Amino acid sequence: MIYCAPPASALLHQPLDAFTAVFHRSSGITHLLVPPAPQILATLSVEGLSRDALLERLRDEYDLADADPLALTARLDELVAAGLVTQRAARA
Amino acid sequence: MRHRFDVRVGPVGFRIGADWRAPIAQLADLYRDYAKPADGIPDFTVRLTATRPWRRWIRPSVAITGDYTLPEAAPLPLAQGLLAAEMAMNLQMALGWRRHLLLHASVVENNGRALVMTGESGAGKSTLAALLAAQGWRFMGDEFALLDPDTGALHPFPRITSLKNQSVAAMAAIKPDARWGPLLAGTPKGDIRHLVPDASAISAMDVAAVPALLLFPRFGFAAAERSVPASEALVRLTQASTNYTALGEKGFVALTRLIASVPAVAIDYPDGDTALALIQRLMR
Repeated sequence: MIYCAPPASALLHQPLDAFTAVFHRSSGITHLLVPPAPQILATLSVEGLSRDALLERLRDEYDLADADPLALTARLDELVAAGLVTQRAARA
Repeated sequence: MRHRFDVRVGPVGFRIGADWRAPIAQLADLYRDYAKPADGIPDFTVRLTATRPWRRWIRPSVAITGDYTLPEAAPLPLAQGLLAAEMAMNLQMALGWRRHLLLHASVVENNGRALVMTGESGAGKSTLAALLAAQGWRFMGDEFALLDPDTGALHPFPRITSLKNQSVAAMAAIKPDARWGPLLAGTPKGDIRHLVPDASAISAMDVAAVPALLLFPRFGFAAAERSVPASEALVRLTQASTNYTALGEKGFVALTRLIASVPAVAIDYPDGDTALALIQRLMR
């Protein structure tokens, strides 16, 4: 499964405190995100990444020592449910 | 409409029509020092009509209607026609106004710096605004704060103040020379009396102010104060806004800019004097 972020122009980010407010232009919905959701959105591209490739990137960029694939899957599922991330089948 | 009154409050022009003379006469008296809509063209029309033709005369019952209506809005007896007009004006704003981000809040200003107070009904935002106005602050409104999405300024909307229950007597003691509307007893919100803002508030109703402090007051508790995190302020203010969703990106930008630019504080207070002392200190 490939997870894709919307184009950068689709979202407005406003860091608040522990939360980041994100306005999704196409739906008009305001989301309040906590880490690692903003970092996931920043790391995913429009072309998309598999979960394992995303985990690798996050591990490199944020020095994650104990990155948990299952926890990342749960966060990705939440972002998909919120409409901020889309998923498509990986090409064979 | 048989009877009609036009008025402008801040940037908003209203045309109020009614089947009866009494509520229009009361409005005309209370709003006698206000301007008329720009170019004679109101933004909103409010209609106070009989719920049935015969209810103009038999147990007169006022339906709250206008450009925007809520089907579930309960009619009021004619004796509360003034309240019906005020509620209908609020309804037009809440459902129809798009030029500003609306926050259900009171606003007062001192030295060009505006204090925005928001909270649930009974938190005391109207009473605190009236108390501060009695101390020389400029009253900018106690129903809606109008936040300009382009400039971030707050525009006055100094409607007559609707005071409830014990606040009526308390304010009458503080401002014995104030102009008041009739006592509306037994309304769905309790006993209500409308207070006309000071002449200075009415004459300056086109003068915007810069927001300086967001306050979340709560009446009936021991004095306490805490800083409100930006994320909590955002959630509370989106809930306090009637048109945040309708404004879309403009609303998001206006609200997050407001929250980033001013401190947000929640206070509990047991009485007006305690609240005023807290506010004076916070606004220094």
